[in-house]
Amino acid sequence: MKNRLKVLRAERDWSQSDLAERLSVSRQSVNAIETGRYDPSLPLAFAIARIFALPIETIFTEE
Amino acid sequence: MSSIAERRYRAQILILSAVYATLLFGASYVFKHQLVDGPTACLAAVLPALPIIGIFVSIGRYLVDERDEYLRMLMVRQTLWASGFALAISTVWGFLESFGVVAHVEAYAVAILWFGGLGLGSVANRLTFGQDEGRGQ
Repeated sequence: MKNRLKVLRAERDWSQSDLAERLSVSRQSVNAIETGRYDPSLPLAFAIARIFALPIETIFTEE
Repeated sequence: MSSIAERRYRAQILILSAVYATLLFGASYVFKHQLVDGPTACLAAVLPALPIIGIFVSIGRYLVDERDEYLRMLMVRQTLWASGFALAISTVWGFLESFGVVAHVEAYAVAILWFGGLGLGSVANRLTFGQDEGRGQ
């Protein structure tokens, strides 16, 4: 799965740690998701969408 | 930054390791000086196994308590590596031993192999998920 996490984060001037804190996960988790090494569960993907106030499909797309 | 569950797990592992070293030293001492026999000897022999079992329980508790799904997945992968490694080596060794090719090895060696397998799992995590992602034990 591809995602726009890095771009969305940059638009808000958030570090990986900032986003991790908002999601209550580790920075490693954000890094792994952002770089495509780990696909988040549906609940975590929804949490990410909620934080960016965007529909899930505009953040995550099929490769 | 590690999670609360991870910090608790690491603290438990440190304490249990210290308890294990103490009990192993104590058990070795009482057997060396023949201070125990019968049921007491059985109890003294079993005591060092208890903190090892405690470590297995700690790992299980960590997997239940860890709220970070990615960190939990890394530990699950490590334990799968550990189980596969320990079972594979002990199975091969068991057959070699049965056919008299190698010497007898005490059964608790499986636990040692399992902990070694956790280390292998950590390396595998690093290779798969990157330099920062391999977890220690």
